[in-house]
Amino acid sequence: MDPKNVIICRCSDVTLEDLLELFKEGYSTFEELKRIKRVGMGPCQANTCGKMVQWEIAKYFNKPLEEVPFHNMRPFTMGVKLKSIKEQADEE
Amino acid sequence: MRRVEVAIIGSGPAGLAAAKPLLDAGAKVLMIDRSDMLGGQLTKQTHMFFGSEKQHASKRGIDILKLMVDEIQYHENLTVLTETTVVGLYQDRVISCVKHDEYFKIQADYILVASGASEKSLPFENNDLPGVYAAGAVQTLMNVYGVKPGERVLMIGSGNIGLIVSYQLMQAGVEVPMLLEAADTIGGYLVHASKIRRLGVDIRTNMSVKRAIGKASVEAAEIWRLDKHWQGIPGTEEIVPCDTICLSVGLAPLTELLQQAGADIKYVRELGGNVPIINKKYQTSLENVYTCGDVAGIEEASSAMISGEIAGLEIARSAGYKIDNIDQHISRLHDDLTNLRNGPHGEKIRIGLEKVGVK
Repeated sequence: MDPKNVIICRCSDVTLEDLLELFKEGYSTFEELKRIKRVGMGPCQANTCGKMVQWEIAKYFNKPLEEVPFHNMRPFTMGVKLKSIKEQADEE
Repeated sequence: MRRVEVAIIGSGPAGLAAAKPLLDAGAKVLMIDRSDMLGGQLTKQTHMFFGSEKQHASKRGIDILKLMVDEIQYHENLTVLTETTVVGLYQDRVISCVKHDEYFKIQADYILVASGASEKSLPFENNDLPGVYAAGAVQTLMNVYGVKPGERVLMIGSGNIGLIVSYQLMQAGVEVPMLLEAADTIGGYLVHASKIRRLGVDIRTNMSVKRAIGKASVEAAEIWRLDKHWQGIPGTEEIVPCDTICLSVGLAPLTELLQQAGADIKYVRELGGNVPIINKKYQTSLENVYTCGDVAGIEEASSAMISGEIAGLEIARSAGYKIDNIDQHISRLHDDLTNLRNGPHGEKIRIGLEKVGVK
């Protein structure tokens, strides 16, 4: 299986090869991967790739899934236009 | 800011079932759904349900939906917001929403998160080729919009969704030559599996897809045998001609709103991933925030309806509404849940719930 053709995060175009390289460099948590590669930070907010990222971390570092922390979740669950937020704030 | 008494996020079987006892008790309910129609996954479930008669067994999902919506839709205390996505949930029970491009906030006394689940995906080569679908998308295309996803589908996953969608594809005139399961046994009910096997589907266990093949879209799939650690075994590859690869590899609870607000969460693999820590009343660790249905652990629609009804009754009681015989009613519902989770197919759920420590 060629990891450069395996898409993990469709939103930010992150492949399995990208993840494996980062693992080799020592990055081992979802939070780190997110900051460096934007994996899970697109429109789906890790709802598609999240479980695969968790699984790949568990596999590479030989940990049970229970011990692989999921990434932090913050509002919003999807993109919201700044214009929309401003209009709401103006009304308030 | 707009204030509401009870905000229900999600109008699938769990959310709909919760709304009824709340409205009957006299509560004012706001129901929010991001789709343009109520019903969540019920909108695409054209198959007949199993389970017990109380949860409408032997009726089709889409007909159950009509019954449930009819029971509440003209109630004067119900407000419905469709095409509205809840994008934020905060500890003070403020929820922020987006409807088309309008952004607004709502303050709720009680919040019931019934947001359901998302579909899991699978890492394999060329998994971004057009023609690779999740089973939910296939059901939406076929059963909601009447569009065939392809002509020849390789199904991945033998849970009930994979088995049922295979059958529905064949009903729509689509070929399903093969179904692959990574585990060594079929995941769903054998009655569904037997039905599609009789129709000629080659069900193979310990196998998965290695690679999608095709230039502009899927033209074939390369499959291979897996070892007991679910790793592919080189040398066992086969080519299956197909124009669609349909992934039905499980669901994950959609806990993002609860996690944003800081609810206690635990990873429980038997329940599909991260689940909120709840008690028997379906209360989360956040004050006056409840949850029910698949977001509290992946089961199926019948248990989602029961958990929704319990959560609705518990919120009504907490808000001070008097309901006759509520204790007996709730205890009967818990008995119904126990019955649904009996037997070998409920084992995973029983183990999972024990890990959550539901008291």
